[in-house]
Amino acid sequence: MKVTQEIQTSTKIKSNGSALVDQPLLSPKSFESGQEVRWCPGCGDYSILKQMQQILPDLGLKKEDIVFISGIGCSSRFPYYLDTFGMHSIHGRAPAIASGLKATRPELSIWIITGDGDGLSIGGNHMAHVLRRNFDLNILFFNNEIYGLTKGQYSPTSAENSITKSTPYGSLDHPFNPLAFALGADGSFVARSMDRDPKHLQALLKIAHSHKGTSFLEIYQNCNIFNNGAFFVFTEKDSKPVHTIFLEHGAPLVYGVNKEKGIILDGYTPRIVELGENGISTNDLWIHDETDRTKSHILSRFFEDPRVEGNFPRPFGVFYREERSLFEQRIWQQLETVKQKKGLGDLDALIAGNETWVIKE
Amino acid sequence: MSKFIEERKNVVVKFAGDSGDGMQLVGMQFTNNTALIGNDLGTFPDFPAEIRAPQGTIPGVSGFQIHFGSTEIYTPGDACDVLVAMNAAALKSNLTNLKPGGIIIANTDGFDAKNLRLAGYEENPLNNESLQSYLLHKIDITKLTRESLKDNPLGTRDKDRSKNMFVLGFIYWLFNRDIKNTEAFLKRKFINEHDILDANLKTLRAGYNYGDITESIGQRYMVRAAKMEPGKYRSVTGNPALALGLIAASLKSGLKAFYGSYPITPASDILHELAKHKNFDVITFQAEDEIAAICSAIGASYGGNLGITGTSGPGMALKTEALGLAIMLEIPLVVINIQRAGPSTGLPTKTEQADLLQAVYGRNGESPLVVMAASTPSSCFDMAYEAVRIAVEHMTPVVLLSDGYIANGAEPWRFPTSDALPEIKVSIAKEKDAAEQKYLPYQRNEDLVRQWAVPGTSGFEHRIGGLEKEDITGNISYDPENHQKMVKTREAKIERIAKYIPKQTIDQGAEKGRLLILGWGSTYGSIRSAVRDLLEEGYDVAHAHLHYIKPFPENLGEILRNYEKVLIPEINNGQLIRLIRDTFLIPAIGYNKIKGTPITKNELKEQVYSMLSIEKEIASVGEI
Ligand code: SF4
Repeated sequence: MKVTQEIQTSTKIKSNGSALVDQPLLSPKSFESGQEVRWCPGCGDYSILKQMQQILPDLGLKKEDIVFISGIGCSSRFPYYLDTFGMHSIHGRAPAIASGLKATRPELSIWIITGDGDGLSIGGNHMAHVLRRNFDLNILFFNNEIYGLTKGQYSPTSAENSITKSTPYGSLDHPFNPLAFALGADGSFVARSMDRDPKHLQALLKIAHSHKGTSFLEIYQNCNIFNNGAFFVFTEKDSKPVHTIFLEHGAPLVYGVNKEKGIILDGYTPRIVELGENGISTNDLWIHDETDRTKSHILSRFFEDPRVEGNFPRPFGVFYREERSLFEQRIWQQLETVKQKKGLGDLDALIAGNETWVIKE
Repeated sequence: MSKFIEERKNVVVKFAGDSGDGMQLVGMQFTNNTALIGNDLGTFPDFPAEIRAPQGTIPGVSGFQIHFGSTEIYTPGDACDVLVAMNAAALKSNLTNLKPGGIIIANTDGFDAKNLRLAGYEENPLNNESLQSYLLHKIDITKLTRESLKDNPLGTRDKDRSKNMFVLGFIYWLFNRDIKNTEAFLKRKFINEHDILDANLKTLRAGYNYGDITESIGQRYMVRAAKMEPGKYRSVTGNPALALGLIAASLKSGLKAFYGSYPITPASDILHELAKHKNFDVITFQAEDEIAAICSAIGASYGGNLGITGTSGPGMALKTEALGLAIMLEIPLVVINIQRAGPSTGLPTKTEQADLLQAVYGRNGESPLVVMAASTPSSCFDMAYEAVRIAVEHMTPVVLLSDGYIANGAEPWRFPTSDALPEIKVSIAKEKDAAEQKYLPYQRNEDLVRQWAVPGTSGFEHRIGGLEKEDITGNISYDPENHQKMVKTREAKIERIAKYIPKQTIDQGAEKGRLLILGWGSTYGSIRSAVRDLLEEGYDVAHAHLHYIKPFPENLGEILRNYEKVLIPEINNGQLIRLIRDTFLIPAIGYNKIKGTPITKNELKEQVYSMLSIEKEIASVGEI
């Protein structure tokens, strides 16, 4: 294989980034595993994989330090297609496996690949807990609002009344709002992107990686077989400008074909305004602040059905980020503190315990 | 006044009271003291499932039984010589287990109208003839405790909490003991609570002195040190021993221990014990559920560490899917099941051996793994160490079975020094090996073990998962021939481990004969005691005890065929017996008790008598 040879002929380095001389130059191709990709032709997963391969060489990581861990579902095939370390685990449990790995190997760059069924249905419990603990991990949550691998049942993010294989008369379930869930679980980085905007997706993948803490990135992903066009209103050229708003830290919330609309915050109530009308200028608009927890909750509620009259545009970008101590660091610090206090453990003393006696011959 | 001291070979004492009476602490302290003077011993704590079971009722009784002697002791004893009853319910629920002529120490304050009613007594048994056949000592422990603490500033409620120390002091006096080690223990425990320490110390001495001053008790007892193998000893219970075994294996193998666990009775003490020893670089992770607990351990193992998880039966049920993943990944993993009585929530604080078939078979698909069992509190250390050794050297999950009885039971332990522990060979792929040839994750050595390559090792990037693997390459494969081959290979790999475990030995009795009693797990003590008696009585019996169940020791079949009959006692409805019949096609006979309590020595002896006497009858019929 060309890729492996490329790596092998280059000088290897052991240091943890201090003397990055002669590191093999990685290219997107270096990250192709050579396995035949088995998603349906046209599936949104292809784009996500491609953007991932594009940005991986730019992260300054060594290939061997990257681990992709997935659960079960279409999206969870992802690790097979990347020439890094990878585990295709069991349904919903990737966050738990990643937690054990990160706790013991904090230097690794760990990416959890999951979907709406894997991450919020069968694995919902682990998702909540991994977010609150705040390991330095990246979670890519592929949302296609359907069960693809099991051939088309509604998922916990499917809209009410969805007609699917398991709900021929319409689903009765109220759907999850994944970003509200992540914020509710005290996620320290909460963001959204989409498969059909490569530039935005690449940028968000990089930001998610750079965040120190658990990054939760929801990616709208088209399942062209069982739920084709679920997100077209947000992703396609003609409707995208009217139905989406792209968040940028420190910038006002504007959107529309000619950026003629904006959002103002009236107390805690957001309102859509037309710029220029009633003397409203960009100065009056809500300025996005990624570090504002309260406002991030309001933003996550821009979640109505886009067919509803007067709906808010769906936000994309970073909703919220905060620097919070990392769980793996707390684990290792505690080990150090106890070692300093009690001294390195002496196995024989431990086995003997506090009270012993001797039986003589 | 001087009192007569009678020597006894062995004694069984039961401490029983309300769950708030502190009987477990008294039991543990008395156990340590007993161990320190060199008696052999066995204990059995028995407590209600509810933290605060209704006060004064029979379900709320918490008990601690200790059997100690100058002879070998293997069980907590069948019937007691001394019963401490802190209230009426404690007396009622334990009286049937007291030997005729046995001593009752009753706290009269626990026999007031309310206590009597809750225990279902129509009149006070302490004041009528019903206890005539016992030696009854009535003591108003509450009153005496309060009197001894006249000068202590604590409130009455707090003072009353040191009642249990009065009992302990009195029992120390009764058995002619030294109270120093308990004083030292109290000083450590209450180092920052001066008044509580004072109360405990004073009451302990008051209890001891009471023995000396009271006129009504003229007799004391003593039990000489047992003849035990020379060496250094300590007292140990099963769960801490198991935790120490894991730490020892982590240090000897050089692998960082990661223990992912979710609280569950009776396994939580392993988590508590490991969490104390962070200066041994042990990471403990209290996961959000049983599934996350095992999955986090799998993640740790995948990263080149020693991944361990521990639970009890219901938790084990939740872990089975992840166990299947570990089997497919072929990575080391140690899974501890401290069995309790099931099914479902069952009897959480009672003991049972009913998860054996679950351990061997309880997963989807053909999913072989190694199953081992500890037999005594101290063997928990050895078997935990062994579980790690096998898991790491053979790249497989290992299930280690223990149960509530040995987890909480204590015994003297002639503990090993660290340099006497066997080596654990770890072979994790190194970067320099990468240049030689491309890494093939499912290429195997002669023992069918694949190579462990962990993230961070350049040149070894690979993907693994729960889907069926192609032989050698580890690529996903749906090929039918390959699937059959892999199923057979995974099974053969586990079976081959038989070469690396100790041969089965005969614990007692002849190598050939009429009857072999084959046991596993916590029945060890009862079987050993029963067989010792039976051999003395001239019966042709032997005892073998299994610690390795999947795979069985290589010579087990040969041993079984050396006896005319094989009896398998189990605290379940017959599980090992199915494996034995299935593997060796022998007509083994079961003895099964499923009451949440251990099989006693006498029950087992009765079973053997009836088996052998029926044979005698048949033989004599044949003669006519
Ligand atoms: S079923 Fe849908 S999500 Fe799955 S691979 Fe096909 S298109 Fe993609």
